[in-house]
Amino acid sequence: MSSKLTRTDIERIAALAHLELTEEEIKLFTRQLAQILDYAQQLQQVNTEDVSVQWHHGITAKPLRSDVLRPSLTRDDAIANAPESTPDGLFKVPKVIGE
Amino acid sequence: MTNRDWTVLELRRAVANGDISARNICEGYLNRITKVNDQLNAFTSVLQDIALARAEEVDNQRNAWLDRPLLGVPITVKDVICMQSAPTTASSRILTNFRAPYNATVVNKLLDAGAVILGKTNCDEFAMGSSTEHSAFGPTHNPWDQEYVPGGSSGGAAVAVAARLAPASIASDTGGSIRQPAAFCGVVGLKPTYGRVSRYGLLAFASSLDQIGPITLTVKDAATVFQVIAGNDPLDSTSLSEPLPDIEMLFPGNAKGARIGIPRRILDEGVDVDVMKAFNQTLSVFTELGATILEIDLPHINYAVPVYYLVAPAEASSNLARYDGVRYGVRAAPVRGEPNVSTMYDQTRDQGFGNEVKRRIMLGTYALSAGYYDAFYLQAQRVRSLIRNDYDIAFDQVDAIAMPTTQTPAFRIGERVDNPLSMYLGDIFTVSANLTGLPAISLPCGFTNHQLPIGFQLIGKPFDEATLFRLSDAYEKETEWLTIRPPSAPD
Repeated sequence: MSSKLTRTDIERIAALAHLELTEEEIKLFTRQLAQILDYAQQLQQVNTEDVSVQWHHGITAKPLRSDVLRPSLTRDDAIANAPESTPDGLFKVPKVIGE
Repeated sequence: MTNRDWTVLELRRAVANGDISARNICEGYLNRITKVNDQLNAFTSVLQDIALARAEEVDNQRNAWLDRPLLGVPITVKDVICMQSAPTTASSRILTNFRAPYNATVVNKLLDAGAVILGKTNCDEFAMGSSTEHSAFGPTHNPWDQEYVPGGSSGGAAVAVAARLAPASIASDTGGSIRQPAAFCGVVGLKPTYGRVSRYGLLAFASSLDQIGPITLTVKDAATVFQVIAGNDPLDSTSLSEPLPDIEMLFPGNAKGARIGIPRRILDEGVDVDVMKAFNQTLSVFTELGATILEIDLPHINYAVPVYYLVAPAEASSNLARYDGVRYGVRAAPVRGEPNVSTMYDQTRDQGFGNEVKRRIMLGTYALSAGYYDAFYLQAQRVRSLIRNDYDIAFDQVDAIAMPTTQTPAFRIGERVDNPLSMYLGDIFTVSANLTGLPAISLPCGFTNHQLPIGFQLIGKPFDEATLFRLSDAYEKETEWLTIRPPSAPD
C-alpha cells in the first residue's frame, strides 16, 4: 500500500507545525514522510476492536498537592532568556495584528 | 593521579577515606577530557571552573558530608537536562544561548549527594536520533573506532564513561537513548521504570516515554547512581514514591533460580552474527550461574517500531511547540515577507531546528491532524496496549526478559543518516521498554571481530530494577569486559 502523501499535504502540515520549510525541505520531507507512513501502515493489520488505550502505564492518579504559595522564578529570571524584552520586564514580539 | 578506571564506589571511598582529594580527582578527569574531547566531541560544554570550585567545596565539607553517596564523584549531565549557570542547548541551534534559570531535580539530587558535575554531554538534537549525528555541534565519535557512531541519542554520555572521561553520566532514554549508546560503547546503561526518576528540568521530548537514568562502568555503580536520583518529586506529577531496593542486600548479585525469558521468534532475522553469538554465550553464562532460560512469545513486538515512530513524534510535535522565539532561545531575523509574529515563529523554527527534529515534528503533526488521528495515533496507542499486555503475560512465567540491546554493533558515521527509516528500524529491541514503561538495562557482553562492543539487554517487571541489578551483577562478576579499554581512552 502506497501512501498518498502529496506536496500539498506537506505544506498543510508545515503550516500547522509553524515551520516555514525551504523548497528542498518540502521535497525531502514529502519523500521521507511518505516512506515512513507507508511503513507505519502495517499497524492497520492489527485487530484492536476490543482494545482500550492505557494512557499512563497503569500509574494511578496521585493525590493533589496542597494549594500553598511557594517561591517561583523572579520576573527578571523568567525574562532573562527572552530574545527581545522591554525595560519594564515584558516579552516583546513583532506585530501580532494586521493593518 | 592514579585513578585509571576507578569506579564510582572506589572514588567515593577514596575521597571519604582522605586518600585523595576531590579536587585532585576532578583535575585528573578534566585533563583527560582536554586530551581527547577535540577528537571525540563528547561534551557540548566542559564546566572546568564550576567543577573545580565544587570539588574544593566537597573537600572543605568532607567531614560533614562523609555519608553522602557520591562524595567527590565526577559525573556528566546530558545537555537536555537543565543546570543553572551552565548552558543547556539540547544540542540544538535554537537553544545555543539558553541558560536554565533553575536546576533539574536530578541535578539537585546529584549535588546533594556530593557529586562534582564536569560538563554537559553531546546528543542528538532534543534527544531525537540513534547516532549523535543530529547535533548542531557536530557528531560524537565512538572511542573504539572513531569512524563509527557512538549510538544515540546519549552518545556523549556513553562516550564520556567508555573513554574514562567520567565514571558516570546522567542521560535520558525515550526509545533506547541510554541503552543503545551504552551497548555501542561497551558500558552499562539503565532506563529505570517510568515514574521512578523525576523529569523536572528535563527538556521534554515524549512525555509518556521519557525517563532519566545512569550510564556507568559497573552494575553496582548504576544502582548507586539510580538510588540517588530516584524517588518522588512534588515538581513532577508522574514521579512515584515506590520503595527503592536496598543496594547492600542486592550485591553481590546472584542468578541462581532466576527465570529468564527469551523472545526467540524476534531473534530469527536481522540480528548480526557476532551479536547473536555474544547473546547466546551470555545466556550460557546465566545457565552456568543457575538461571533457567525459557522461550516466551511477545506476539506484537514487531509493531513496536511503527508504534513508537507515531507516538513519540506526536508527543514531540506538541512538546516542541514551545520553541517559538518568544520566551527563550534564538529568534530568526526577518528574512522573507512582512515582519509579523507568525512569520517570526515559522522562520525561527525552520532556522533553529535541524532536519531530524523537523521531520519528527512534521510526522507527529500529521499523525495528530484531523482525519488521521484515529488511523495513526489512536491505533498506535491501542497496539501499544497490546505490547504491554504481551509483557504482562510473559512476566507471569519469568523474572526478566533478555534480548540483544541492538541488532547490530555500531555503524559507520554517515551510513544511515540520509535514510531515516533505516535508522528507526535499528531501534527494534529498545523501544518496547519505553512504550510499556518497563525498566531495562544494557550490559557489555563481548566484542565483534572488529573489536566493537556488543550489548546484552534485560527487561524487568515494573519497579523491579532490583532483579535487573542482581542478575546483571552476577554476570558481570563472571566476565572481564570492563577491564578492556577503548583505544581512544587517555591514560
